[in-house]
Amino acid sequence: MKRSPETVDSQRSPTAQAPFPAIKVENIVKRYGTFEAVKGVNFEVAEGEIFGLLGPNGAGKSTLIRMMTTLIPVTSGRAIVGGHDVVKEPNEVRNMIGVIPQALTSDQDLTVEENLSIYAKLYSVPRVQREKNIAEVLEAVDLTKWRGAQTKTLSGGMRRRLEIARGLVHDPRIFFLDEPTTGLDPVSRIAVWEMLNNLKKRRNLTMLITTHYMEEADRLCDRIAIVDHGSLVALGTPIELKQSVPGSNVVEVQFNREDDGWKSRLMALTDVTDVQSQSAGVYRVLTSNGSRTTTQLVELAAGLGEELTSLSVQNTSLDDVFVHYTGRQLRDEQVKSVFMMPPRPGAQP
Amino acid sequence: MNRMFAIVEREMRKFFRSPVLMIMSMMLPIVQLIILGHALGGHVTGAHIAVVDEDQGPQAVKVKEAFQAVAVNIATFTTIPYADELSAREDVRTGKVDAAVIIPPQFSRRVYSSNAPRLALVVDNTDQITSGAIEGEMASLVQALNQPVIQDRVIKKVALEIVEIYPYVEYMKYLLAGSIALAMYISVMIGGGMLYIDDKARGVHEGYLVTPISKLELVMGLNIAGAIKAVLSGICLTVIGSLMAGLGVIFHPEALFNLFLLILGTSIAFNGMMFLMMVRVDDPLVPRAMFGVLNTLLFFPSGAISPIGQFPKWLQYLAIVDPFTYAIHGFKSILLKDGGFVSIQTDLAFLFIFGFGTLLIATPLFKRTL
Repeated sequence: MKRSPETVDSQRSPTAQAPFPAIKVENIVKRYGTFEAVKGVNFEVAEGEIFGLLGPNGAGKSTLIRMMTTLIPVTSGRAIVGGHDVVKEPNEVRNMIGVIPQALTSDQDLTVEENLSIYAKLYSVPRVQREKNIAEVLEAVDLTKWRGAQTKTLSGGMRRRLEIARGLVHDPRIFFLDEPTTGLDPVSRIAVWEMLNNLKKRRNLTMLITTHYMEEADRLCDRIAIVDHGSLVALGTPIELKQSVPGSNVVEVQFNREDDGWKSRLMALTDVTDVQSQSAGVYRVLTSNGSRTTTQLVELAAGLGEELTSLSVQNTSLDDVFVHYTGRQLRDEQVKSVFMMPPRPGAQP
Repeated sequence: MNRMFAIVEREMRKFFRSPVLMIMSMMLPIVQLIILGHALGGHVTGAHIAVVDEDQGPQAVKVKEAFQAVAVNIATFTTIPYADELSAREDVRTGKVDAAVIIPPQFSRRVYSSNAPRLALVVDNTDQITSGAIEGEMASLVQALNQPVIQDRVIKKVALEIVEIYPYVEYMKYLLAGSIALAMYISVMIGGGMLYIDDKARGVHEGYLVTPISKLELVMGLNIAGAIKAVLSGICLTVIGSLMAGLGVIFHPEALFNLFLLILGTSIAFNGMMFLMMVRVDDPLVPRAMFGVLNTLLFFPSGAISPIGQFPKWLQYLAIVDPFTYAIHGFKSILLKDGGFVSIQTDLAFLFIFGFGTLLIATPLFKRTL
């Protein structure tokens, strides 16, 4: 089931219905020639909220964030950030936002402090305030003892923390982070999540994060919008989104022998709401009662004299939410986009 | 203004922290100054000439003495005695010697009887420079041998007396003006064009564009930084090049001031030109590909290596709008002639108008968005 943006909008959580949203996007469209990268997206982000845009590469997340941060012109529709229209009052918007781009763009030849100081000057932060802000943000991202180090000597995780500090050095109200943990190892990723959570608590920052990591969206965001092919296909809190998928558990089963009849046999089990066929002999069974379905499944296999290679029961994850709303897996999409070879001339699509 | 200076500060900190740009921008012009200065300006020395004396008479001895004088003094060539003409010709052909002089039998007798005495010079004309130098030296040597012992009281031929208003200018000195301009061009190309596009590709500009910096502040910040880098390169090469070429004009305060004005004007003109060309470029390969083409098209026909008049008409027209032409003319006027401010007024006017004009065109073309 796919929901239209209007349906999605009407199911917002109460936090998003505050009288003055920090970000309000109305029917925003971005077109490159005939290609529509963003197709009439609507959403609101409440003050102090961490809002996630989740979707595969090329879904339109970065285009959306670039329109909201005045980096690219809006084709049609409207985006209000901090009460200012991004088209009519771009400088007012720029003054109140902090932006962390996808790439690491701090100058490697400059020191940590010099990088921060130059950005503070670009925002015209007065000298005394500048020094105070630099000390504060360095403390917040745990880089105080590295303030004199050249950026090129820092690890990937530390450089990402410097980027975050750079985005905060002028004390913005709204913080945009475009895939803030891409390229980081799991330990650094968790450290960045903790840091962002602390920043939100201490500074009451509104954050808009784009990511293609389900776990990141799940752990960090108050609400998540799933974006696919330039459209917003679902919006809600992580719990709301998971509850919107039929079945509260996922049973993943692998049979020793592949058989076309497995899907219909599994669908016939009690409590099963959906069956997704994966690689050879592997099925994801969505069920409202995981333990009962597992028992039935084992009995079914034994009755047919078949052997189960593996069996696991999980709660519904954002992966399932993504599959439910887009009809495919986020991870598959990423792998395909990187490794899929172009079709041979004359080959069937 | 503070935002503009933040851009300048960032660029200058990077520039001083990594002096590669400064070194690279001066390396090519200095190497060119040394190599071309000697290759085109110096005279050939140490060529080998085979001498076949088939006469063995007193006039042949006189010719060989003249050869010895050349070998000992200006050293254009040294002579090697050969026994026969055939082996001498063969050695010229195979490159063992650069030329061969044949003194034919009966040479002395013909000299005394004024019966068209001839010396034969066999040269390897595939090497135009060496053969030209040997031919020139031999021609003046023969002319000297032909001088009458007692001069006529009335000279019957028309003679041209040349008066040079400046001391002899070695080619290295002539080349210095071009080398200074070239160093500044390289500095602008690498420190301005290439770094600007690389920063764009790395997303550094994305970082600037989300700040409240205005289009004018950003353009001016980038160009001021580029101009400062070019001025520093220009000053360094003026000092180093003048010392290498032996030009003392840099020790005169007025000439020094005029040189500084020229360096400033040139850096603004080059920056404006480069910014106009790169303002809509996103691909880092473009400035690298353009570097060589622009260098050849703008540097060579500007009077840096040889006079503009030597080039075809279309290149002469290009030279009229080429900032290199005015920069090089100005540098030559001060470095070689110490002509004062009057001699560079037109050059300065062109360079400043060209620089600010191109910036004026480039600024509206600069995109404040991605």
